[in-house]
Amino acid sequence: METLPGVALPAPARPRAGVARVVANVLYRRSTLYLLLLLTPPLLWFGGVYLGSLLSLLVQSFYTFDDFTMGVTPELTWANYKALLDAANHDIILRTLSMAGTVTVASAVLGFPVAYYMARYATGWRKGFFYIAVMLPMWASYIVKAYSWTVILSKGGIIYWLVERLYLLPALEWALTLPGVGGSSLSTSNLGRFLVFTYIWLPYMILPIQAAIERVPGNLMQAAADLGARPTQSFRTVLLPLAFPGVVAGSIFTFSLTLGDYIIPQLVGPSGLFIGNMVYTMQGSIGNIPMAASFTVVPIVIIGIYLTVARKLGAFDAL
Amino acid sequence: MSSIAVELKTVSRHYGAVKAVDGVSLSIQDGEFFSMLGPSGSGKTTCLRLIAGFEQPTSGSLLLHGQEAAGLPPYERDVNTVFQDYALFPHMSVLDNVAYGLMVKGVAKATRHKEAETALELVALGGFGSRRPSQLSGGQRQRVALARALINKPRVLLLDEPLGALDLKLREQMQAELKSLQRRLGITFVYVTHDQGEALSMSDRVAVFSQGRIEQVDTPRNLYTRPKTVFVAGFVGTANVVSGELARRLTGSERPFSVRPEHMRFAMSAEGNRVSVEGRLVEVQYHGASSRYEVRVEGNQVLTLSMLNGEADEASLPRRGDTVRVAWAPEAMVQLESGG
Amino acid sequence: MRSEARYEDGPRAPWWLKVLAYGGLLFLHFPILMVGLYAFNTEESAFSFPLKGLTLRWFQAAAEREDVLGAIKLSLQVAVASTAVALVLGTLLAGALYRRRFFGKEAINLMVILPIALPGIITGIALLSAFRLAEVTPNFWTIAVGHATFCVVMVYNNVVARLRRMPHSLLEASADLGADGFQTFRHVVMPQMATALLAGGILAFALSFDELIVTTFTAGHEKTLPIWLLDQLGRPRDVPVTNVVALWVMLITAVPILVAWRLTRGTEDVAGSSK
Repeated sequence: METLPGVALPAPARPRAGVARVVANVLYRRSTLYLLLLLTPPLLWFGGVYLGSLLSLLVQSFYTFDDFTMGVTPELTWANYKALLDAANHDIILRTLSMAGTVTVASAVLGFPVAYYMARYATGWRKGFFYIAVMLPMWASYIVKAYSWTVILSKGGIIYWLVERLYLLPALEWALTLPGVGGSSLSTSNLGRFLVFTYIWLPYMILPIQAAIERVPGNLMQAAADLGARPTQSFRTVLLPLAFPGVVAGSIFTFSLTLGDYIIPQLVGPSGLFIGNMVYTMQGSIGNIPMAASFTVVPIVIIGIYLTVARKLGAFDAL
Repeated sequence: MSSIAVELKTVSRHYGAVKAVDGVSLSIQDGEFFSMLGPSGSGKTTCLRLIAGFEQPTSGSLLLHGQEAAGLPPYERDVNTVFQDYALFPHMSVLDNVAYGLMVKGVAKATRHKEAETALELVALGGFGSRRPSQLSGGQRQRVALARALINKPRVLLLDEPLGALDLKLREQMQAELKSLQRRLGITFVYVTHDQGEALSMSDRVAVFSQGRIEQVDTPRNLYTRPKTVFVAGFVGTANVVSGELARRLTGSERPFSVRPEHMRFAMSAEGNRVSVEGRLVEVQYHGASSRYEVRVEGNQVLTLSMLNGEADEASLPRRGDTVRVAWAPEAMVQLESGG
Repeated sequence: MRSEARYEDGPRAPWWLKVLAYGGLLFLHFPILMVGLYAFNTEESAFSFPLKGLTLRWFQAAAEREDVLGAIKLSLQVAVASTAVALVLGTLLAGALYRRRFFGKEAINLMVILPIALPGIITGIALLSAFRLAEVTPNFWTIAVGHATFCVVMVYNNVVARLRRMPHSLLEASADLGADGFQTFRHVVMPQMATALLAGGILAFALSFDELIVTTFTAGHEKTLPIWLLDQLGRPRDVPVTNVVALWVMLITAVPILVAWRLTRGTEDVAGSSK
């Protein structure tokens, strides 16, 4: 029997001594204990801090706020939810929803060509370039981006300068008189607010669409062409249905992020609160946490419905 | 000295309702080249993983060199494994990969690197130590995996389809090298494969698996000439398994039997001591050295004949569509158990 | 690999698509360019375009502002603390969830994603109401706790993706060669997931550094950098300093994001089995 040169045979299995090996053996035999050890810290954190907070919020939405003493008492009531149905609050919810909807549609329209080009035509270094070029603005500071738009939209700023140079100032002024769009200037108009929202959430739309298109095999389009479909036909009948879950996935972000935002409505656009502003004002200056809490239930419910529909449309496979 | 290296006593591994290994018993001799052969999902790999310790048996007893190993983690067993995908650590050099087993045992760096270099020379990869696994070819990675296992001086080496990812030519070369390595080192090899040719050519004994159970454990020659079950006859080489009414007419019993294609001949008429049956030639396949003839006989059974080309006069051979008589010697018939 | 070969001599994009794609990119970067430009603006209290002149003096002025430096310091501290918590919790979760199946796994998964899936305002007010209930005055730690909660998912996502790509046979090979769980973790798992951990940590850091909405609820009187910026928007006289700080914030986040991107791509070649 030959042995490996220079080494004595055999080396019988000799267990490594020490505490570490003992512990390792215990964890090996009791894999449930091992799992439990891994899970306990995160579960404590999320259960205690996060779910606990959400639960306390939910409970407090039933508390009573006294308008005279400005104090909260733990007497359970439906009053806060009934107040949601007030006409004023109704307006707030509708205003927020219609903005979220418009921003989502605009993001999809603007984002699709970028995503399509990225996934289908950009190759080699261009692919990386496009990816970074979309990712960097996405990760860039939210408040800085919002601030930058207040600079851009301001009177005397670059947009006004451009519009003036192109002799389009009358057109802009006419647009600003339109109901639902307008305002006294760009930075106090719904149009301005819509621009900022669309800008800030656009990357969240591009990347899921791009990922969805990327997953459509190239030969599928070739097959469609081979079977006699014209480019527009194969785009409409093959690519679009397969890319649609990506659009829905992106819309979850644009919709839900717009719905919960309260900074941008504060910085750009006309007066008139969004859901987020309402929540912030209620808890802040007024100290009516119960009312604020019941207001947060609105976006939660809307997003819940949205997610259910999105799931049916297959958006979660595209995430 | 002939002791038992690995012994399984009615070992089972169930995953819920799935019985991956179902009451398997076998014993592997020290220094033996033992193969576990079967189609995918037959339980051979699970069996190997039970020996390695990656899985623990649901029930039964597993002895390594006479000591109970069920429940022992892999790192406390004196066996090593060569993985199907080689499982080389991509973040380490080849030398560190090979030296890994010694490192975790606390062997000093200089010593373990020296031994790793020696082990690499053993598999003809001396001087490759500083490379990364990703810089090696498939065959070279395979050798590194082998060296990494052998450096630990295992008394049993487990090989899980180690040649599966290699192309045919390299595979044949590695088969020869593995066999000679095993002879030189005298280590017990437990070799999992789905390739019956590989199992027959390399092994001292082969266990044929089907549906979580062992059909037969035997030498390669016996497996081929004396298959015990219908499954073994069909899986190891090609066999004509005759059963049912035809079997009863030919042998007087409904018990199935098998005849190898090369033991069958065309005959003019029913001759005295030979068994024969009439049918229609439905297919002729040319295979270079030999040709295959498929004959449809009564009961819609198809018998396959294999004849060396040039053995018979070309003109006298039947053509497709001809009515022919197939005959064989009674000794060529092997009675089978019907199960499987 | 596939995608590169797929279109090697594939179709060329129609001109209008190119225009739309590059136009989209321009739209995405235009405001960022403006931030870069205005940091050098000589004008003190307006945003008129074209700029009247360029200067570097606001950089000096900003660097001397105690409130700016304080806000940067606080934001960095919060980001470090919450990233540290996120690294530990995210790794533990990834280790528990990447392979095993057990009852409640989906629920845990959802719970980790929830803090960034729900609008920040909900997380913010929930934390605030809980802190009030527990009679905790908002301070450094309330900010860090909030940030850590939504940063965990960054680490978790990166690490779990890496662990799932790592062939399980590597762990088995390590155990087979005599390494117990701790040794395998140290010599195989840790090196394999190191860059994913780093990338996840960087993203968590960037997320925390920039976060505004949740922070406005949990910060009390503390001023992180985004909150400082938000306050600045109501102070037209301080515009030049604000412009400079805005540029700084851009730069501080862009670099780590690029690093994280670099760390997570091209990690496909693992084990030796690529054919």
